[in-house]
Amino acid sequence: MPQRIIVIPAYNEERTIADVVRGAVKFADRVIVVDDGSRDESGKLAKDAGAVVVRHAVNRGVGAALGTGIEAAIRLGADSVVTMDADGQHLAEDAGKVFERLAQGDVEFVIGSRLKKGDQPGNMPVHRVIFNTIGNILTFFLFGVWVTDSQSGLRGLSRKAAHTIELRTNGMESLSEFLKEMKDKHWRMDEVPIKAIYTDYSMSKGQNFFVGVKVAIKLIFRRFIG
Amino acid sequence: MHAIQIVLICFAVFAASRVLLRYRRGGMTGLNLFLWLLFWTGVVVVGVQPDTTSWLATRLGVGRGVDIAMYLSILMLFYLLFRSFTKIEDLDRQLTRVVRANALREMEEDLAAEAAKKRP
Repeated sequence: MPQRIIVIPAYNEERTIADVVRGAVKFADRVIVVDDGSRDESGKLAKDAGAVVVRHAVNRGVGAALGTGIEAAIRLGADSVVTMDADGQHLAEDAGKVFERLAQGDVEFVIGSRLKKGDQPGNMPVHRVIFNTIGNILTFFLFGVWVTDSQSGLRGLSRKAAHTIELRTNGMESLSEFLKEMKDKHWRMDEVPIKAIYTDYSMSKGQNFFVGVKVAIKLIFRRFIG
Repeated sequence: MHAIQIVLICFAVFAASRVLLRYRRGGMTGLNLFLWLLFWTGVVVVGVQPDTTSWLATRLGVGRGVDIAMYLSILMLFYLLFRSFTKIEDLDRQLTRVVRANALREMEEDLAAEAAKKRP
């Protein structure tokens, strides 16, 4: 029986984490929550909701948390790994769709794209679409891969991809680093349209303009020097 | 001698003494000791004999002695900034590795403890 594992990085997400975990367990054999040094009850709530909790002693950023989560998934025998945000913006069904796509066996990497046209209408707020497009263009110039949603937090890795991925950055710039890994390691990729739920809460948690600029600078620096 | 020269010399001597102190405590490699002492000796020389900068400036094709000192200082600052930046990045990565190793070990211990509890 193939093991499907969902990895959710969480930093101070006690408002949403329990519901996210309860949704996720329906679509995976195991749910791993990486509590990235939260100062609230995120870890405990996730555990009570049925997740395996891995706790960072200090906050290390979403990239580091994803790295830890993927490593934990491998140790628990994962055959495919799907990552998901803890703020409630992803639907658990969409994680299920990404698993289904991976199960077809012809791709190593699947992006849950909020902007790919599918059976669901795109519902991303306009300024997010603009930031995302900038992120996509930057990703294209730096890493030479074009995707419709380079900043998506919902993505799937096959067993092979999970075993070979090396995330070197700790922060938000790791979102693009997945794509760099995909290109460097010649993973075949597909995008699955997903629906994102935008609440005031998830909007306040996401990337703002200044975080975006910082991420862009770090990415450029790393591409040419780091 | 102008006041600025005295300030410069005193500061350079002070800085050199800190460098020596750190070396004796074992916090510095021999090469680093040499390079830093060379630098601060240079500063003392310039403090005592400011004309050396003018001599160097004409050699290098820069107008004034003060200018060459400025150029070199800025260059050095940039280099040190770059060095500390990469150093911080390294430390950041190492810290992540430690935190991760710890987190995974704890997870495995927790799971093993839970499995043991379930067993009759």
